[in-house]
Amino acid sequence: MNTFLKLIFQIFFVLIFSNPLHASESNNLEKVLNNNFKLIIKSSSRTIEPVIEDLLNTKSTNLEEFLKRWKNKKLYYVKKSKLIAILKQKNSNGYELLKFSDKTNLGFFKKKEIKAIKPNSGVRSKISNALIGFQLLNDDPKVRSKSLETLTRKFNAKYLIPLKNALKKENNPDLKKRMSELLVFGTIKYSQNENEKISSLNSLKGNMSIEARGTIASLLETKLYVSNKMPNLPNLARNIIPDNSYKNADGSSDKPFFYFNKKPEISRSEAIELLIKNNFLKNYITPSKRDEILKKNISNSHIEGIPVEQLNSNDERNNAYNLLVKLGKAIPLKSNKEIDDVIKSHFFYAVYKEKSPKVINTAKIVLNDINYEVNFYEYLDLILDGLSLASIYFLGAIGLAITFGVMRVINMAHGEFIMIGAYTGYVVQLFIPNHTISLLVAFPLAFLVTFLGGVAMERLVIRYLYRNPLDTLLATFGISIALQQIAKNIFGTQARPLTSPEWLDGALVVNDVLSISLIRIAIFILGLIFLVLLLLVMNKTRLGLETKAVTQNPMMASSMGINPDRINMLTFGFGSGIAGIAGVAIGLFSKVTSELGTDYIVQSFMTVVVGGVGNIWGTLAGATMIGMLQKFIEWFNPSNTLAAQTYMIIFIILFIQFRPKGIMALKGRASED
Amino acid sequence: MKKDFLNYINKANSFFWVSSIVILFTLIIILLSESYGLNLVSTSFTKVLGKTLCLCIVALAMDLVWGYCGILSLGHFAFFGLGGYMIGMWLMFKRTKNIVVESTQNNILPLTETEINEAVGTQIFGVVGGAEIPLIWYFADSLLIHIILILLVPGVLAYIFGWLAFRSRVTGVYLSILTQAMTLALSLYLFQNDSGLRGNNGLSGLQNIPNLDEFSQAELSVWFLILSSLTLIFTYYICNLIVNSKLGNIITGIRDNETRIRFLGYKVESYKLFIFVITAIISGVAGALYYPQAGIINPAELAPIASIYLAVWVAIGGRGYLYGALIGAAFVSLASSYFTGGQIPNINFGIFTLKWVDWWVVILGLSFVITTLYAPKGIGGLIERIFRRS
Repeated sequence: MNTFLKLIFQIFFVLIFSNPLHASESNNLEKVLNNNFKLIIKSSSRTIEPVIEDLLNTKSTNLEEFLKRWKNKKLYYVKKSKLIAILKQKNSNGYELLKFSDKTNLGFFKKKEIKAIKPNSGVRSKISNALIGFQLLNDDPKVRSKSLETLTRKFNAKYLIPLKNALKKENNPDLKKRMSELLVFGTIKYSQNENEKISSLNSLKGNMSIEARGTIASLLETKLYVSNKMPNLPNLARNIIPDNSYKNADGSSDKPFFYFNKKPEISRSEAIELLIKNNFLKNYITPSKRDEILKKNISNSHIEGIPVEQLNSNDERNNAYNLLVKLGKAIPLKSNKEIDDVIKSHFFYAVYKEKSPKVINTAKIVLNDINYEVNFYEYLDLILDGLSLASIYFLGAIGLAITFGVMRVINMAHGEFIMIGAYTGYVVQLFIPNHTISLLVAFPLAFLVTFLGGVAMERLVIRYLYRNPLDTLLATFGISIALQQIAKNIFGTQARPLTSPEWLDGALVVNDVLSISLIRIAIFILGLIFLVLLLLVMNKTRLGLETKAVTQNPMMASSMGINPDRINMLTFGFGSGIAGIAGVAIGLFSKVTSELGTDYIVQSFMTVVVGGVGNIWGTLAGATMIGMLQKFIEWFNPSNTLAAQTYMIIFIILFIQFRPKGIMALKGRASED
Repeated sequence: MKKDFLNYINKANSFFWVSSIVILFTLIIILLSESYGLNLVSTSFTKVLGKTLCLCIVALAMDLVWGYCGILSLGHFAFFGLGGYMIGMWLMFKRTKNIVVESTQNNILPLTETEINEAVGTQIFGVVGGAEIPLIWYFADSLLIHIILILLVPGVLAYIFGWLAFRSRVTGVYLSILTQAMTLALSLYLFQNDSGLRGNNGLSGLQNIPNLDEFSQAELSVWFLILSSLTLIFTYYICNLIVNSKLGNIITGIRDNETRIRFLGYKVESYKLFIFVITAIISGVAGALYYPQAGIINPAELAPIASIYLAVWVAIGGRGYLYGALIGAAFVSLASSYFTGGQIPNINFGIFTLKWVDWWVVILGLSFVITTLYAPKGIGGLIERIFRRS
């Protein structure tokens, strides 16, 4: 009984309310269509905006279909009755049309009697904007995701409500996340509701993405004003003193911690311009205006008796102009003091575009918190950058730490061994297409090639020159330029690719600020492996022991049964071989050219010298110091890496003055040469 | 008698021979030149010869500092470049200014100093996206001050660097690496666009001498040749004087055994510093003569490799023989430009064609190796040996 009553009631309800409601809706749409008929059939992107607005306000269920058809040029109208219709079918009788608003059949028409509605591309884009709200509710997640993308590009106050509605119904977690993000950004930018804005801002706390920072920063945008009254506004951002005040990221102003690379917000001349623009500085004659007036008053190449040739300085021109003033032919110039007085008696200030002080304060707090965190990660990134540069320098210098550090041979061709290693890697890749395998082959092969090269060089040249290190420098320089030229002759001058395997392509993303590319990590690890390997060879093997013996006292060593020739040869080969392996690694991230080695040779020598000759830990310390230092100097002026290198080298030159033996100086007898 | 002759040529009177040869050579070239003689030697070749003379001057300096004092400096070509930059600044500024003044002669109002400077600044620094004339160009209008700067800038830089390095007794290989670092720092600095010296564009158009527009390049090239040879003779005289004085004995002593000289009570640092600075100044002067003939200077000229080449010329010519340095510099630089000039026919070995342009550097490099191994005293040593035998 109860249920029956309910049913009756429901039916009654539906009959009474639903139907008229529906009817009024479609009527509504029809009304809007009728009212705007002319604009709909022939429209431009400018005039169509209010029509679309009205259409959206009808909230009709047919609206999406209407917009879609409109956009795809599938709407027609009957010329006589001015009805908008859709095509049902086309046959020998002509075109059969249905009225759009209630789908009633209008019967057959001849081609002449009807016309297709063809909106131009500007209008179509407006329509598709309007469609986004519907697309956000589409059943296909792909359509929703695509419309979100479009929305990101052209967000606008009127999408707030459709987005909010869509978010309620969304069930795909990824899309939901993106939608809520977008809603937050949109609310901050376009919402009129103070509380909504504040809560959205608070939800961005700790969000370091560029989008979030940009959104908050856009809220804190300011505009410059000048006035002769003290500004008293709730959304005043800062007072500005020309030439003397600096702008902060959050729109406030104060003296920065250090002035490096920071310019005052407005200069004196900009202040003057602003004053002129706002009519606070009247009758101001700029130098160019003065010159124009002077030119006008030239007669017979004289200005009131002053020959024109004389006017080749500012003072002369001012004098001539003042003469004109005296004669009443021009208005007087303003002295610097007068201008300064005008500047001083006016107030320069910036005002936030946002009106509500509460919102501004929240935005400031949130932005400063985020920037604080961003700064922290940027420092961390800087340190990691420094470390990765240090590992590159370490790789470049490690072979030299043996040949120069232990054997004291100045090998200017060391850089060319790095180059040979890199080219070996390139050649191996020509034969083995799989990058991982080719890399595994290239490492030992590069070692072998450069080891043999080093042994040959030691046997043929260097062993005759042990007594005279400066001569070694010359001879190895000769070898260096010869090897470079040979590489150029074989491989040409253009850079050859040495591609890293795919698994090294990505980056380890920690957050929006900090990401470390895998190749940097790989090189760091390779540097560590080299360090361990070298320490093991030098400290735990017979070769290391014998090398030390031979370099410290060859006579004594040979009387103990060590063959110094053999040891020198092997040590030199070993150092060169390591340079070859380093070359493969270096080739992975820089271009392989015949000049690859020259880029590293001076830095490598400096690394070894700064670290302390004859000490592998020293080379590590030197590389770390140089790498870190360079990155830190770069940080002061990021656009200029050359300057960073210059100052780094100057620092090193000074450093060596105070610690000529490097960071880790050898002590005892071994250090005395 | 033999020994006397040897002393004669090797010591005091090598100056006589060298200056006579240089003067004779210059006279011959003038006689054959395009503008003043028989038109057998082209202007560009006259310039090459003039430049070679400048390279001989810097090689003399290198020989003094390395061959006699034992400091293998890999920075003297940087001083050479600095000298070039100093004269280049004047040449470029003055010439641009002349052009600006000339082109605006028909303006209604004559230009003020600031307007001229603005126009010159845009002309010169437009390529590096600037318009303002940097502060270091403050004196660029004055030839006199820039001639002083040619001496002063390399000298002061050498003084500061040398004072720091010698004071902390950085010697031998370490000093070489340090000077090389200095050179690298300088060239990297100059490579920057905001160094105020037009970055990697360098200074150009230096062959046009301001206020001497009525003279042709052919005439100017001969003038520069004469100027270069006179400077070379003067430099040789100075170096010869130093080498044959007591000072010369002390610096040779420092080269051979620094510790002993120090224990004898000489201030080794001061002597080294003196030689280092004086050779830097000589290099600067040589550069100032070289680049107006070359026409362009850019930071690549100052790269460390150029200074190593300089050392190699001296090594091939013979360390410790002033005339050796001249021969080495002239021989290697002329041979290099000859072989890489593409004028020599390639040699065909059937399967392999020897292209001189490609393989000359290889041969040159290997010849360094052979010289160091088998003729450590270079060409100078060979000449001495020939005279000793005869």
